[in-house]
Amino acid sequence: MRYLPHTDVEVQQMLDQIGVSSIDELFSGIPENCRLNRPLDLPAAKSESETLSFLRGLAEQNSKTSDWDSFLGGGAYNHFIPSAIDQLVSRSEFYTAYTPYQPEISQGTLQAIFEFQTLICQLTGMDVANASMYDGASACAEAVLLTIRAGKKRNKVLLSQALPPQYRETVATYSRYLNVDLIDVPLQKGVTDQAELKSLLDDQVAAVVVGYPNYFGQMEDLAAIAELTHASGARLVAAVAEPLALALYKSPGELGADVVVGEGQSFGIPLSYGGPGIGFFAVHKKDMRVLPGRLVGETVDQDGQRGFVLTLATREQHIRREKATSNICSNQGMCILMVGIYLALHGKQGLRQLAELNYAKAGYAKDQIGQLDGFTVPYSGESFNEFVITCSEPVATLKKRLEQQGILAGISLGRDYPDLENGLLICVTEQNSREQIDRLVAALAGGES
Amino acid sequence: MMSTEGRGLILDEKLLFERSQPGRIGYSIANLDVPAIAPDSSMTRDEIAGFPELSEVDVVRHYTRLSTWNYGVDSGFYPLGSCTMKYNPKVNEAVARFPGFTDIHPQTPEALNQGALELMYNLQRDLCEISGFPAMTLQPAAGAQGELAGMLMIHAWHEAKGQKRHKVIIPDTAHGTNPASSALAGYEVITVASDGILSKEAVAAVMDDDVAALMVTNPNTLGLFEADIREICDLVHERGGLVYSDGANLNAMMGISRPGDLGIDVMHFNLHKTFSTPHGGGGPGSGPVGVAEKLKPFLPVPVVIKNADGYKLEYNCPESIGRLKSFHGHFGILVRAYSYILSMGGDGLKRATELAVLNANYIRARLEGEYDLPNKQRSLHEVVFSEDGLQNECHTLDVAKRLIDYGFHPPTIYFPLVVHGALMIEPTETESKQMIDEFCDALLMIAEEAKTTPELLKQAPVRAKVKRLDEATAARKPVLRWELE
Repeated sequence: MRYLPHTDVEVQQMLDQIGVSSIDELFSGIPENCRLNRPLDLPAAKSESETLSFLRGLAEQNSKTSDWDSFLGGGAYNHFIPSAIDQLVSRSEFYTAYTPYQPEISQGTLQAIFEFQTLICQLTGMDVANASMYDGASACAEAVLLTIRAGKKRNKVLLSQALPPQYRETVATYSRYLNVDLIDVPLQKGVTDQAELKSLLDDQVAAVVVGYPNYFGQMEDLAAIAELTHASGARLVAAVAEPLALALYKSPGELGADVVVGEGQSFGIPLSYGGPGIGFFAVHKKDMRVLPGRLVGETVDQDGQRGFVLTLATREQHIRREKATSNICSNQGMCILMVGIYLALHGKQGLRQLAELNYAKAGYAKDQIGQLDGFTVPYSGESFNEFVITCSEPVATLKKRLEQQGILAGISLGRDYPDLENGLLICVTEQNSREQIDRLVAALAGGES
Repeated sequence: MMSTEGRGLILDEKLLFERSQPGRIGYSIANLDVPAIAPDSSMTRDEIAGFPELSEVDVVRHYTRLSTWNYGVDSGFYPLGSCTMKYNPKVNEAVARFPGFTDIHPQTPEALNQGALELMYNLQRDLCEISGFPAMTLQPAAGAQGELAGMLMIHAWHEAKGQKRHKVIIPDTAHGTNPASSALAGYEVITVASDGILSKEAVAAVMDDDVAALMVTNPNTLGLFEADIREICDLVHERGGLVYSDGANLNAMMGISRPGDLGIDVMHFNLHKTFSTPHGGGGPGSGPVGVAEKLKPFLPVPVVIKNADGYKLEYNCPESIGRLKSFHGHFGILVRAYSYILSMGGDGLKRATELAVLNANYIRARLEGEYDLPNKQRSLHEVVFSEDGLQNECHTLDVAKRLIDYGFHPPTIYFPLVVHGALMIEPTETESKQMIDEFCDALLMIAEEAKTTPELLKQAPVRAKVKRLDEATAARKPVLRWELE
């Protein structure tokens, strides 16, 4: 096997040095009643070319976004990925290294994380960002736990119903046995209902969690929600599933959010059937010491040269064990690089320009569909990339009909929102040409042919 | 002024933000082919202060230079104990980049992504065979999330039986994630001393009807197989508890012993350890979880199943602990792990385990005597020395830093906590005898240097990008981001 370098002669030399007569003897610490004593029932090893062709066969059975007119979003976004990203993340000095426990030989990873932390702070308008979480949903769950830790015995958390359903489900899983009371905040015209929010807020509420943009692509009035939230002494968590919106709209930090979490997949990470992506997590300085996750800080070496290290580790599981701020011990290093490279390439001007392009494309589609008979665009507020339509035709039939024309029309909303049984969430990005949008509109208009 | 700091090929590189030039661009964006419209101006932001402006060349050179300051498995020997830093095969990287795997949206109808689902289904099946568990979830994003999933399933199982139990027993050799995950699942942690191998008596002394589970790592972090594991599982089960096994060290067991056959109820894998997926500077990993039949109803959603129509994602699992993250796990990592299993086959996986154990025992044989070995039992895939016996006030940290000067990544240090100044060495199977000999020679020379020229250890490293860094100041006065002046 090409990954196993031992020759028979070397194996014998090593056994001699150890003083045993066979490899089996090395396993003598495993009692007989714990042995498998039969070969593993797995297919025989494939050669490299067989592996490639077998897996190519599986890959070819899948439907690539590039082969369809795809309007799927809902937390995973189809954005263009510059060629430089894969070239750079393929440098194996990056991807074959581990967590930078030995900073002197990990400065590349450490500086890249420090830069990532800075980029996230700039985008979100916050003071401190950690070295990433698994994804947006789990970051949102960790944000809820942070507010409970920091909330001095408050145990209620108010979740906007327009927080992405997968985020809400993940929050529920994480807080299942932690005596946290999760309460839904109803919606009004596709955004969090502020009157309802106000009536639910009391001195037991640790946090209010809203999407920005929310699951329907709507931009919430974060400043007003922050004011209400702070008046009751709770923290506002803004969860950002489409961070490209932050290049266009006021940052959650500027509008009063206390914790900003989100998903960074939009920034140069392949869709990859939904993972891996990357969660980001940012707070104000006051919450720095209750953050979950890894943090990289700047320091100097013995010669006064700048360098970077993992820091504030006393929050973490390997030191605090059951009293740690989280059990997480990884960061999404490869994805940190993708996001860093993507943001560095786009920079101040490019990211804004791209956000404006996305805004215009989605706006065009929303406008065109809104003019069709049999379809409505129920929410009139400001939206980014995604919007809801309701259809007179049953959504399942409509989707199937468009699928036959090479169009993945969007995500059905009925399962998560019974009120929107005929609702479809449509996502339009810079990857959708005007021709694609026109085909979508024509196909929707085509009715049952 | 030209920098004079860089030496030879150790090139300097400023931060992205310090390289930025107003007006410089590194992007290429599609043309606007629809009418331009502007959002509500009261809601839009000013430019992002401090955001970089760079050319593509600037960015490419920046990250290329950063990469040269890193030491990876492809640079050399990386015996980081408990992390299983085996070679990351290149074919795995190639297949993970097939457009049919990277360019697929998670909300695409299942009938249109049968290849991806078949891959996940097959991987579930293969991991079940390797571990001996009847059911598997691929959802967890990492080992620690797998632990959380497992402990939540244990909690849900007790709850479904109407039992309220509050405690989890964890040996003192465990990874810190074990107690942290137990606490997240709502449990109080009872630590038991293990004296190398956990005894049935030690468990019996704390096992009562308030204990929900025992959480063990097998082989444990000293590299020792928990020889009483079957009897311990029986004991815990008799008293109404369940047993969780941390699969961090599965590389010592493939084809030899299966946790699911031993009475273990739940175990997480680390695909980035045992199944060769890259560690990526800290992630993304992947932490599938295998469970006994009784825990199957509690698996997180979605579960990949096969029926007459083909493969599908099942969400209708009323007793499930729920969702751990968005979508269906770290699919890109699952592709790599599956590629590895295909390449190795069952015999290859067993051989990998055998050679990993051979390598670790060879290191032990070469260094025992010169380095103190607190636990003398027969060890498997890793060996843990202590700093006792090092001369002239030299400590484990000094040995580790000196190894850098010799061109090696240091072992895991100061873990497990039960060993004084632990040096935890895990070579894995992908290292040759020559490489291991060079490493052992270096460690023997360092032990000699500690006797004769200890300053070489105290000053180390001198051949890295930076010298020892001031970690105390970094924690006392945290600088966690670059600031616009």
